[in-house]
Amino acid sequence: MPRPFLFPTRITPPVLPIIQGIVQVLFDGIAFGMLLFVMSVGLSITLGMMHFANLAHGVFAMLGGYVTVVLMHKAGVPFLETLPAAFVIVAIVSVPLERFVYRRMYSAKELDQVLLTVGIIYMAIAAAAYVWGPEPMAFALPDYLTRYRDIGSFSFSTYGALLLAIGTVITLVIFYGLERTRFGAMIRAAVDDRRVALGVGINVNRVFTITFAVGSGLAGLGGALGINALGLDPSFPIEYLVFFLIVVSIGGGGTVKGALAAALLLGLCDTAGKYYVPQTGAFIIYVVMLLVMLWRPNGLFGRP
Amino acid sequence: MTTEAQTTKAIADFRAQVRWQWYEPLFWLGAIAWYFLFPTYLPLGTQILCAALFALSLDLILGYGGIVSLGHTTFFGIGAYTAGLLAKHGWGEPITCLLAGGALAAIAGWICSFVIVRVQGVALLLVTLGINLVLYEAANKAYTITGGADGLQGIEFWKLFGVFDYDIYGRVSFVYTLAVVFVLFLVARRIVHSPFGLALKGMRENWKRMPALGAALRRHGALIFVLSAAIAGLSGALLAESVQFVALDSLGVQRSVDVLTMLIVGGTGVLYGSFVGATVYMVVRDQLADLNPAYWYFWIGLILVVIVLFTRNGLVGALSDATDWLKRRRGGGTAS
Amino acid sequence: MTAIALATHGLNKSFGALKVTQDVRFKLPVGARHALIGPNGAGKTTFINLLTGMLPPDAGTIELDGTEITALPPHERVKRGLARTYQINTLFPDLTPLEAVTLVACERHGVSRQWFPSLASRRVLIEEAYALLAQLGIGDQARRPTRHLAYGHQRVLEIALALATHPHVLLLDEPAAGVPAQESGILYEVISGLPKEIAVLFIEHDMDLVFRFASYITVLASGRVLREGPPAEIAEDPEVRAVYLGTAVHG
Repeated sequence: MPRPFLFPTRITPPVLPIIQGIVQVLFDGIAFGMLLFVMSVGLSITLGMMHFANLAHGVFAMLGGYVTVVLMHKAGVPFLETLPAAFVIVAIVSVPLERFVYRRMYSAKELDQVLLTVGIIYMAIAAAAYVWGPEPMAFALPDYLTRYRDIGSFSFSTYGALLLAIGTVITLVIFYGLERTRFGAMIRAAVDDRRVALGVGINVNRVFTITFAVGSGLAGLGGALGINALGLDPSFPIEYLVFFLIVVSIGGGGTVKGALAAALLLGLCDTAGKYYVPQTGAFIIYVVMLLVMLWRPNGLFGRP
Repeated sequence: MTTEAQTTKAIADFRAQVRWQWYEPLFWLGAIAWYFLFPTYLPLGTQILCAALFALSLDLILGYGGIVSLGHTTFFGIGAYTAGLLAKHGWGEPITCLLAGGALAAIAGWICSFVIVRVQGVALLLVTLGINLVLYEAANKAYTITGGADGLQGIEFWKLFGVFDYDIYGRVSFVYTLAVVFVLFLVARRIVHSPFGLALKGMRENWKRMPALGAALRRHGALIFVLSAAIAGLSGALLAESVQFVALDSLGVQRSVDVLTMLIVGGTGVLYGSFVGATVYMVVRDQLADLNPAYWYFWIGLILVVIVLFTRNGLVGALSDATDWLKRRRGGGTAS
Repeated sequence: MTAIALATHGLNKSFGALKVTQDVRFKLPVGARHALIGPNGAGKTTFINLLTGMLPPDAGTIELDGTEITALPPHERVKRGLARTYQINTLFPDLTPLEAVTLVACERHGVSRQWFPSLASRRVLIEEAYALLAQLGIGDQARRPTRHLAYGHQRVLEIALALATHPHVLLLDEPAAGVPAQESGILYEVISGLPKEIAVLFIEHDMDLVFRFASYITVLASGRVLREGPPAEIAEDPEVRAVYLGTAVHG
């Protein structure tokens, strides 16, 4: 189950406790939501495009985390500079997996997709435990990310601010890419209707491989960014599977807007729950998810 | 061939499905033989039987009805906790505790069925998983009742029929469990060879067509879901009675995935798949107990991937393909 | 005037901004052999989906034998005698045709949720299922898994499943779709051999088949009824010709 989530926001006295709480929950919740968005947006798009239920998406996030830790510990690379590496390496690793394993399963039954990807999760967990040991990875953020920045009478953690900044940039890039570029148009066409996209001469397989690689890379980036908040050990893909699934299912497969809204909603609910009613644990987000699924089985932004 | 002869043949086909095959008595004799051959492994045998029954309950909805659940342990856990809580609070009569576990699980299944029959695909996975997670968190937090993460401890069941005490070798437990599992197997066998069983296969093969043929899909789905939940609850109660303990992980997502794995390894939509899968899974895990669980899951993962990519339907499917192939070879290619 | 088996009044359906069914008023008399034609995207399959309840209409009503069925779920409409087939085979790959038709017979007799006695003892239902398959000429295919059947036989099974519900209104969505031209005639012989009490509405692109088997034709274009009338009239209609010649018609 998720560990407590901490970007302590320090607040200097004259502010009322209620406002203090709201500001902290908003800041932490949105920062966490952005992190979730970066990690799961790839899953949402691939699900929308290929109707492939890739439960093993968290494996990519975990791999990104390990890339960052190894680079920092073994090669002394600074944290921020490991992030692009986490993105690129995970993206590259994902290509053969998509090309040789997943592609055979796109027209398979959901159950087979679930079983295949659960199998991959199990293998990845064991492999990670074998290579890096079963214990959580020791990890320390660089000093400048553990500090606080004062704004008025509030003071925010720079780590939270980094998540917000990177999340915002990636969101803007994705929206621009999807709406304004030729490749984005191809992706949208493929999500809308694969057969039609094929009919108008789009190489859907190639579009999908690239999309899959970028989505996996983003998961890796998110995994690397999130080590401080989520921790990193071999059980990561299972531990956070529910979070990915919630984002995708509440948002509705295939919509970036939906994934963003769902990630922010989940981040805020989870943070607010932990802040105001810590004794309920993960109960709140599960109930919220169930209610949304009952109300809109295809997600808030999904097409029926 | 005349119409009359064809019809007779057709009816014979249906008969043949119901008739006991040669391997079926062998299978159950083997289960009895376990009692005499492996007296030190009776507790393992009991656990295999409970797991197989649980897998069988999943097979009814998944292998026959085509309803995929990622949270079937919801009902296993409800059955286990019901029996355990009754015993803990002063009523330890095994048969009634067992029935209560099944009944409560059936009621829970009935409530869930209203939702289950309204969703398909990924949403169905999420809803079944979500219900399971909510219940797990509830049991985890309500530790005054359930013992939380420590599990439900200090429960004791009375003598079976007021005569047979649960012995430390697990003899009584094994025989009792085997008897209950056999009876429930007969029930499941009856279901799948009935008109309802045929309707379930129709749902699995093509749920979209069913309403266009006059089938009330939701009512079919609700009925099999309740039956399946009841059997899952009974298997949970059986396990609670044999180990005199209810662990929190009897509601854990891991167990839902484990039982799915057993069923897939064995084969879906063939009743014995549950038994084959549960036996292989539990025996291998027992033998590899010293191994770090993380490594054991590597092999499970690999098996899942191989089964999905390369076999038609688990071990039972592979076995029947192999026998078909042998038959064809022997028959010189004339058999169909 | 003959009795009306199936009728719609002001039926409307849109997907977003796309109006796929616009104010369709339609009558199918008892025992009719009625063709529904129109270019691709005219809304023919949508119309069948609306009639059978697979899609809810935005506005308008549907009547079966003078009773309104607009709000009934699909399986209730089947029970009242409205059945359909699909353009793309929608069968049960691992069941034999006999099992599939028996399944339908169980549904019709209301025994599909019973688990006692066993299937094998439902002799009457099995005989009835076999008789239907034999009557349609696929009796010798009855005991093989559907997925092993030849495509043409699967198309016949598609119709057999619908007939097993004992409909008096049968909607056929391109029954001969994908069947080679020389065999599609055979399929239509099966259809024209159906009992006269059954009203049949079929979607068909092959005009030869339409003019051979239909006694009445409705032309749909852009979700509207463009024309309706006996074949001779439709064949002469300049507007229908324009619609067909102006767009790509697939054979």
